[in-house]
Amino acid sequence: MMGEVNAASRPAIGSGFRLQWESAQNAHVLLYPEGMVKLNASAAAILTRCDGVRTVEDIVADLERAFSVNGLGRDVLAFLGLALERHWLELRP
Amino acid sequence: MSEREQAALPRRPGPPLWLLLELTYRCPLHCVFCYNPTDFSSIGCELETAQWLRVLREARALGAVQLGLSGGEPLAREDLETVVAEAHRLGFYTNLITSGIGLTEQRLGALKDAGLDHIQLSFQDSTRRLNDFLSSTRTFELKSRVAALIKKYRYPMVLNVVIHRLNIDHIDDILVMAERMGAEYVELANTQYYGWAWLNRTHLLPSREQLRRAEDVTQRFRQRVGSRMRIFFVVPDYFETRPKPCMNGLGQVFLAVAPDGVALPCHAARTLPGVIFPNVREMSIGAIWYDSPAFNRYRGEAWMKDPCRSCPERARDFGGCRCQAYLLTGDAANADPVCDRSPHHHLVSRIVEQANLAAGAEQPLVFRDHRGAAVAD
Repeated sequence: MMGEVNAASRPAIGSGFRLQWESAQNAHVLLYPEGMVKLNASAAAILTRCDGVRTVEDIVADLERAFSVNGLGRDVLAFLGLALERHWLELRP
Repeated sequence: MSEREQAALPRRPGPPLWLLLELTYRCPLHCVFCYNPTDFSSIGCELETAQWLRVLREARALGAVQLGLSGGEPLAREDLETVVAEAHRLGFYTNLITSGIGLTEQRLGALKDAGLDHIQLSFQDSTRRLNDFLSSTRTFELKSRVAALIKKYRYPMVLNVVIHRLNIDHIDDILVMAERMGAEYVELANTQYYGWAWLNRTHLLPSREQLRRAEDVTQRFRQRVGSRMRIFFVVPDYFETRPKPCMNGLGQVFLAVAPDGVALPCHAARTLPGVIFPNVREMSIGAIWYDSPAFNRYRGEAWMKDPCRSCPERARDFGGCRCQAYLLTGDAANADPVCDRSPHHHLVSRIVEQANLAAGAEQPLVFRDHRGAAVAD
C-alpha cells in the first residue's frame, strides 16, 4: 500500500493518530501514543482535508482553490508519501 | 544584561504538554524495580474523582495535550473510566499504562467507549515470579488474555518489558513470548535506578557483557521478524558517557501529579531534598507550573554548577537527571555523574565495574511492599 498513493487514493488520518487544533501552540498537531508532531501551515492544510472520502485529486483541487495557486499536485503527493510512510495517514478503499 | 546572564535566567516555559496522573500507588504487584517512592504507603490519601477532573481541566486550559494514566496500577481506581471520559472530552490524547491486572473485557469496553486512545501493557512482573514468568505459566496466560482483548478492541499491542540483570539473559524467551502474544511494539526498557530499583540496584544492574549479548540477541530477532514487530532497546544510562536530557529539562514539558495531589516535574523528583512540592489541593495547575519555587528551581541555567555551567552541551542535556545527581553525589545541582566530564563520574564507573565482576549481590532483594522497605525472600 505504501508508496502507491495516486490521484484516486482516499487518504485518512492513520489509526491511533489524531489531528487537532491546539490554541496554546497556535498550530494543528498530530497526536499519537505518547507523542506529538506540531504541524506547519501547509502540512495542516493538507492533513485536515484527508477525511477518507476525498480523493487526492479532490484535495489538490481544493487546496489550489483555497490558496489561489496551480500546480500543487506534485508537492502534495510528495508530502502524502512521507505522511503514509510515517503512518500519519492510511489509504481508504 | 549580558547574553550570558540572560541565558542563566529561567525563561518562561511553554505549557506542560505532557501530563502524567499517577492515580494511585496501590498495585497488586510487588516489583523490585518499581520507581514509586519506597515510603509510598505512608503517603497521604488519594485525590477524589472531582479533584482529578479539576486537574485535567486546568492542565488542558494551559495547553496540556498528552495524558498518561499510571500508578501503581491505575485500574485499581474504580473511577478510571470517568477520568478517561473527561480527558477525552477535553481533547487529551489518553494513554493507559497498565500491568493488565484487572483489565476485564467489561472495563476495556467501558474505557474504549470513554475514548481511551492507547494502552501500554507492561510486563511489570516481580522477580519473585521470574521462573513462572519465563516458563510461560500464569503470568503469560494473564498477559495473553489481556493482549487478545487489547487487539479485539482494536488497539495496537504495545508491550513494555522492564529489563534487569535477572532477566536480561532471557531476552530471547521474552521476545518469543511477545511474538506469540501478537505484540506489534516491544520496548525492552532497562531499569532506571530510582525508588525500589535504587534500593535493589546491585541486584538489577546487568554487566556490560550481558548487555552486549542482549543487544545482539535483539538485533537478530529484529532481522527475523522484520516490521511485524518493532523492538526498542533502551540501554541503562549508567553505561553511557553523556547524560540523558532528562524530562527535556525539569519544568519544560512534563508535569506529574502523585496520588496524594503532589505536583512533580518528574516522577522521581519526590526524592529531591529541600524542595517543597506544591499540592493540587492547594494551588491551581497554572500557579504550580509557572509560579511555584519547586517548578522554577531547575529551569534555566542559574542553578548549574561546573562543569555544566560552562559546558557547550548544557543546552542539549540540561546537565542530565537531577534525581540521579542527588542519589549518587548527594547534591541535585551537580552534573549527572553519568557524564564523563563530571568529577563524580568515577562513582558510576565503579558501580558498572562491580556489576561486571559480581556474580550477584549479597544483600536480599527488597520487594515493593506496603510495609515499606521491608526485606523479603
